[in-house]
Amino acid sequence: MDAFIAGHGAYVPPWRLPREQIAAVWGGPPVPGERAVAGRDEDTLTMAVEAALDCLSGLDTDSDAIDAVFFASTTPPYAEKHAAASVAAVLGCRRDVITTDVTDTLRAATSALRLAAQAVQGGSARTALVVASDARIGEPDSLSEQMLGDGAAAVLVGDTGAVRLSESAAVAADFLGPWRRTGESLVRSFEGKFETEYGCRRMLVEATEAVLERAGLRADEVSRFVLAAPDPRTARQAGGAFGYDSGEPHDDLFLQVGFTGAAHPLLCLGATIEAAVAGERLVLAAFGEGADAFVLDVEAAETRREGWRGVAGSIARRGSGGVYGDYLKSRELVEQVPSEMRASPVTYQRDLPRELPLIGARCESCGLVQYPGGRVCDGCGAYRSLVEHRLSRRGRIFTKTLDHIDQNCYLTTPIPRAVIDLDAGGRIFLDVTDCAPDEVETGQPVELTFRLFHDGGGYHNYYWKCRPLAQEV
Amino acid sequence: MPQGIRDRAAVAGVGCTPFGERWDDNAPNLLADACFEAFDDAGIQPGDVDAIWVGSLYPFTGLSGGIAVDALKLFGKPATHVENFCASGLDAFRNACYAVAAGICDVALACGVEKILDQGSAGLPTDILGAHPVMGSVSAPAVFALAATRAMEAWGWTREDLAAVAVKNHDNGSDHPKAHFRRQVSVDQVLGAPCIAYPLGRLDACGVSDGAAAVVVTRPEIARDLAHKDDFCWVKSVQLSVHTGWPVYKSDFDYLGFPATRQAARQAYEEAGLTDHRDQIGLAEVHDCFTITELLNIGDLDLCDQADAAAFVREGLANVDGETPVNASGGLKSFGHPIGATGCRMIYEVTRQLQERADGRQVKDASFGLAHNLGGQGSAVAVAILGANDTGPTV
Repeated sequence: MDAFIAGHGAYVPPWRLPREQIAAVWGGPPVPGERAVAGRDEDTLTMAVEAALDCLSGLDTDSDAIDAVFFASTTPPYAEKHAAASVAAVLGCRRDVITTDVTDTLRAATSALRLAAQAVQGGSARTALVVASDARIGEPDSLSEQMLGDGAAAVLVGDTGAVRLSESAAVAADFLGPWRRTGESLVRSFEGKFETEYGCRRMLVEATEAVLERAGLRADEVSRFVLAAPDPRTARQAGGAFGYDSGEPHDDLFLQVGFTGAAHPLLCLGATIEAAVAGERLVLAAFGEGADAFVLDVEAAETRREGWRGVAGSIARRGSGGVYGDYLKSRELVEQVPSEMRASPVTYQRDLPRELPLIGARCESCGLVQYPGGRVCDGCGAYRSLVEHRLSRRGRIFTKTLDHIDQNCYLTTPIPRAVIDLDAGGRIFLDVTDCAPDEVETGQPVELTFRLFHDGGGYHNYYWKCRPLAQEV
Repeated sequence: MPQGIRDRAAVAGVGCTPFGERWDDNAPNLLADACFEAFDDAGIQPGDVDAIWVGSLYPFTGLSGGIAVDALKLFGKPATHVENFCASGLDAFRNACYAVAAGICDVALACGVEKILDQGSAGLPTDILGAHPVMGSVSAPAVFALAATRAMEAWGWTREDLAAVAVKNHDNGSDHPKAHFRRQVSVDQVLGAPCIAYPLGRLDACGVSDGAAAVVVTRPEIARDLAHKDDFCWVKSVQLSVHTGWPVYKSDFDYLGFPATRQAARQAYEEAGLTDHRDQIGLAEVHDCFTITELLNIGDLDLCDQADAAAFVREGLANVDGETPVNASGGLKSFGHPIGATGCRMIYEVTRQLQERADGRQVKDASFGLAHNLGGQGSAVAVAILGANDTGPTV
């Protein structure tokens, strides 16, 4: 059985921090462009969900058809408790879906991609979702603080699709850089040519040579080399080894997003697929203690449905997140007095099955769609008449406020909160995110977005928020 | 409707502490002050009380009937802690009236207390109310701001219309000896106050206060032998309506008022036998936790048509000398809102108005007075109507 990329999706958080703003604080020269920053209510799980939903929104594939979910990251939300099962839960996947996290390396996504391809090729899965998400933290006042960006990307691997996964190769090499010890949050790096040239570039080239040899291809039979590196110069140099001198997609991603760690290879791949035409042949490679490389053949243009964003659409969707100080606070790089948030593992666990996939209820007696469900119908009062009903993730604001009080603290910048009538029924109450508070209007169409609420109880409490659709560029 | 409570219970005495930042007193002391004032007012001894209902919301104020029994040293008496959100106080009064009307008690004590400032003065603590870890997170002002947004869109109400409520109530309460905030405010001050939940600013909200209030309820024939034998008030009706605590999830909730108020009011008018309540209600103490809430209440209580409530206030019809004085006391805006106490404080105020003991804010010719206590997201509403002494059976 051959394996194909049946579709891809992306998520770049709308908050962009101009690098000159960071540089102005520390006094150094700015790197050009801006970096994407995950908001305070985002982490690698929520970004992965965004990318996965984007991926599926472009396709006819239903979450019931997914046999395996792979989550790839160097910054998963938990050290113990994998994220793939959470992604599967939010998507509403089957109970028997295979879930696996691939972590701890910048080539986690390509390693996961290989696992997915092998599962399809071997017949143990017809459809496997690979979602990569990273939000690495560079030390304040370091180059990597400016260079890194946050983001996520997803690809759906199946037995049919527009892009064939034709060949792969891997190189393993114990190499120091970049790294983090267990328990550390700041990326350590031996910056300079040792890491970029002797490490990254050399390994990308080695793996690319290996995959070309396995495929029996010459370099000039490849139209695009997508060799993911922490900076665009190294990426260009690696491609240059094969006579390829385009800076795309690396230059644009770097200027608008930054280096997104484990998500970067898949963001690069997505951007490349969006630009490619049928008949093109690609090489994708990613580095991390060695390197992975793939040959991919674009056999047809991707079919894309309304609502799908992809890499270009995600980058174009910008919102306000705050200034550099907000970034420092959100990454806990400045000390703040912690507040105790309410939490109950039992409540959370009991409600997970309906909250994460956004399942409400429909009354078999009177037909009313409602949220949340319960024993008794909201509309007609019938007992045990409710059946589970998947709610739409889009709706319109019925009424709203800008709440300056949260957890008994006064906020100078209020949280917009809105009562939302969901398309196709049901009403929900959500915070509005990714927009300036005064942009929120009644009647405005919104879409729901999966977010991190708080860390009460010492664990991550996730739920949905919404964001205006009007800001779509 | 069943027989109803009309004229089967009487308010024999009322008491109320000064509301405010009562740093030097605890909840039991405040409750004792209010209850002993009510005992004195009624002319009874503490031991005459057969049963107690005490309203309070927050666990830090206290739990169980012991809130009252310990404060009053009435050990051994039957006492019940009533919690029904911000309507806890008037629901305590309802329970006391029921016990008396049923003939089970000769004298029942309804009281309420809250000691909020011990927890800080930043607003009502909402994080300890057993809420869901992630769903429905919202501040108290935001709940009513959602309604304000709707009313402004649907009826063209403005922030100035809301501010007119604050101006009126602060004017009424400016010389009430028991009010917390005894100063007038201007429209500009209200509009210029910091925003707390758009479109509501800080002066659209009632304050955070400590306080306690108490009501002695007896059978009318007993009241005839007590201190207010000539001017005790008749209980004409006490109704409670509880609607959803989660309107934000209800597709048919229009936010243009609160159905619990409408239902409780409709039933209260019927129980009281009022055939023309707009004309007959001589004053109303309504739950103005926020300016918008008072306007919605005026409509929900059908003191005028709903969309006209802003004009009703703006044109002075709700003033002390208006057609139907609303919050002649100054309301929650002037008193603050020690949750469990507010409902009984309203009965205190209505009673003293009907007895013509409301110095400086006395309304004219009121035979019937209404108290309206609203809790949660408009979820729990109690409405009580009292009649002046001359409205009762003459036997």
